[in-house]
Amino acid sequence: MLYFSRLKIISIIVFCLSLIFFSISNFINNEDFFLKKKVNLGLDLQGGSYLLLEVDKNPVINQTLQSKLTQVRNYFKKKEIKTFDYKLGKQKVLFKSDTNDQEKILELFKNDNELNPYFDVYKSYQYNVELIDNIFELTLTKYGIIEIEQSLLDQAIEIVRKRVDEVGTNEPSITKSGSNRIAVELPGLDNPDRIKSLLGRTANLTFRFVTQNTDASFGSEKLKDLDTGEELNVSKRIIISGDNLIDAKPQMDNINNETVVSFTLDRLGARKFGRATKNGIGKQLAIVLDNQIISAPVIRDVIASGSGQISGGFTFQSATDLALLLRSGALPAPLDIIEERTVGPDLGEDSIKAGVLSLIIGFILVILYMFYKYRLFGLISNFALIVNLFMLLGFLTLFEATLTLPGIAGIILTVGMAVDANVLIFERIKEELKKEKNKVIAFDNGYTLSRTAILDANITTIIAALILFVFGSGPVKGFSVTLSIGILTTLFSVYYIARLLTSLYVIKNKNNEVTIK
Amino acid sequence: MTGKYLFNKYYNLSNIISLILFIMSIFFLIFKGLNYGVDFKGGTLIELRSDNTNYKTEDIRGAFNKLNLDDLSVKRFGAEGDYVIKFKRSDLNEPDFIKNLKNDLDNYLEDYSFRRVENVGPKVSAELLQDGVTAIAIALAAMLIYIWFRFEWQFSIGAIIAIFHDVIITLGIFSLLSLEINLSIVAAVLTIVGYSMNDTVVIFDRVRENLKKYADIKIFDLTNLSINETLSRTLITSVTTLLALLSIFFFGGEILKGFSFAMILGVILGTYSSIFIANPVLVYFKVSQKTLIKEED
Repeated sequence: MLYFSRLKIISIIVFCLSLIFFSISNFINNEDFFLKKKVNLGLDLQGGSYLLLEVDKNPVINQTLQSKLTQVRNYFKKKEIKTFDYKLGKQKVLFKSDTNDQEKILELFKNDNELNPYFDVYKSYQYNVELIDNIFELTLTKYGIIEIEQSLLDQAIEIVRKRVDEVGTNEPSITKSGSNRIAVELPGLDNPDRIKSLLGRTANLTFRFVTQNTDASFGSEKLKDLDTGEELNVSKRIIISGDNLIDAKPQMDNINNETVVSFTLDRLGARKFGRATKNGIGKQLAIVLDNQIISAPVIRDVIASGSGQISGGFTFQSATDLALLLRSGALPAPLDIIEERTVGPDLGEDSIKAGVLSLIIGFILVILYMFYKYRLFGLISNFALIVNLFMLLGFLTLFEATLTLPGIAGIILTVGMAVDANVLIFERIKEELKKEKNKVIAFDNGYTLSRTAILDANITTIIAALILFVFGSGPVKGFSVTLSIGILTTLFSVYYIARLLTSLYVIKNKNNEVTIK
Repeated sequence: MTGKYLFNKYYNLSNIISLILFIMSIFFLIFKGLNYGVDFKGGTLIELRSDNTNYKTEDIRGAFNKLNLDDLSVKRFGAEGDYVIKFKRSDLNEPDFIKNLKNDLDNYLEDYSFRRVENVGPKVSAELLQDGVTAIAIALAAMLIYIWFRFEWQFSIGAIIAIFHDVIITLGIFSLLSLEINLSIVAAVLTIVGYSMNDTVVIFDRVRENLKKYADIKIFDLTNLSINETLSRTLITSVTTLLALLSIFFFGGEILKGFSFAMILGVILGTYSSIFIANPVLVYFKVSQKTLIKEED
């Protein structure tokens, strides 16, 4: 195992140098360096906020079932099949029919794609229909729910992105997590309060009339007026909603000397709004945001221009936030913040300092100990260790991996454990030297005989690291990344760098005294 | 020919001691339990730094006590003026919670800042705990399977008992000292599993090699010989790993203290168990050259 062809030696050197080259871009100011890659620092090192949001799908599922109920009722009316007693149960729609129509209805749910869409991708219907005690029970299938969740998540992530972008934080990362979650990473943000309050609101804006009598066809509901604190009876008929808005911005109203949000409507919205204000002069128009009335002005004039103002005792900040929310659009469902981790930039800096300091100290201690134990071969092992570290950093840079505080711990641990392979080899060579006169053979045997133990040892560690990578979350994942890459670079540095140097030395000193202390 | 040091003389004694430690650890784990951090228990953690040197822990605790927080704990955290405050929170969804908390706190404290805030909801913490337990269980299973492939079943059992020993006693010590269990401790436990396995495998590798070489040496002495032959490697690797870990423990900052402490315990226990637990198991199973031959048939 001591022979290296010239080609092999050159490839090893080229490989090491290129990785070292990658790692160097982390240490220099590389504005004009053609390689712009750097190791990403995790939020725990550079400071920042991590938010995990969960989309609350239940309101949307209820909504879906509600409209399904209407659709099904109309469908059978059109088909002239008598169905009755429609009810919205818990996560299901219930209805009855004449006994002799039951078969037919069940058949239709299987065959009519309009009534019960079939998803080819999932090989499943959207709804499950069962007849229990002469009552039809319509429930969403597993994939029906997934379908809703996915479109919900797609919409929500879009709105979240818009809102976060509007606040203008530095390189935010917004990603899906699982089937109903959104992970938001905001590097450098040490106070996520504003983002949290922006993401915590659905921002569902509607303009509706305040009515005295209950509106026959649409119904009405009692909502609280934030301005006056009293409850008003508001029609459920929506005149225009946030969807009709094309712009919104905070503005100083010079007449009343207060901050307002001015908005511009799209053409359809402007037409609707114009018609409603024309018919409703003298009526009170409620501006409803997330089921609370912001204000309820009395209509004095036709507003045909398609623009208007919302006043509601805003501060400049709250008007700015509302305008931002209206511009970015309403969330399809409320978002719950189920996890939040914020690290201040000074703590991150302290962590980097502490991590690097302990890395340097650990490194020096290990190097001194190895030199003390093995002298010349200790130097070889130490040289391999240094190259190993640079290669590890080179790989992390190349993959643009995220370095976290536990990740630094993984590197330090790599330093401690990396020498293990060389120790195994050196100890074995020592034993072989006692038995074998020919030094080259003794060294060769040392390498060969220790190989299985080294492989076993490293495979077990890599198994542990991979499992951690799959199940670990957050910064801990960074530990498994550095540990696993560390093992690979360690094996390379031991078998190619240290072995190359050892073999060069041994072959040169074939006839002299060679001992490992 | 059994090696310089007679480790095998202490097999019985060490096994009794280990058994006692193991049972005590189980006892602690059952009756005292583990001190889960917010990662696994849910709740809020705040790392607070105050520049006012007159404050004592009681002052900080007093201030937070006035805020009506459930399950409040206030502890010093490393450097002077640094504290970790933990409490339970009923409503994670109130976006202004931290802002309001700061406003209230301003009445009682000055010159302070929040360096770190972590909020973990009950759903997430339950999932994280489950993931942690699953990860450790899978790691153990994977090790068992790996060594089963590489060695005979007697070896496999020896290694797994050794790993269990290390993990349970490490957790037992964490329970005894009420040290916090968080995500990084799970990482530490997994690494301990890998390390302990590693140490055991190196010795087992030598045992198997020697079994083939010396038909006339009984397993009792053969394990001792193998331990001796690999002893300097075992010690040197433990020393270098411990040097690295001690460096993290003393210089790596408060956040990594628990992690490095768990690892230090694990490395010491792992080194001990690979000699004094894994090997006696081979003796109890009366492993001999025949064991290897039978397997190869």
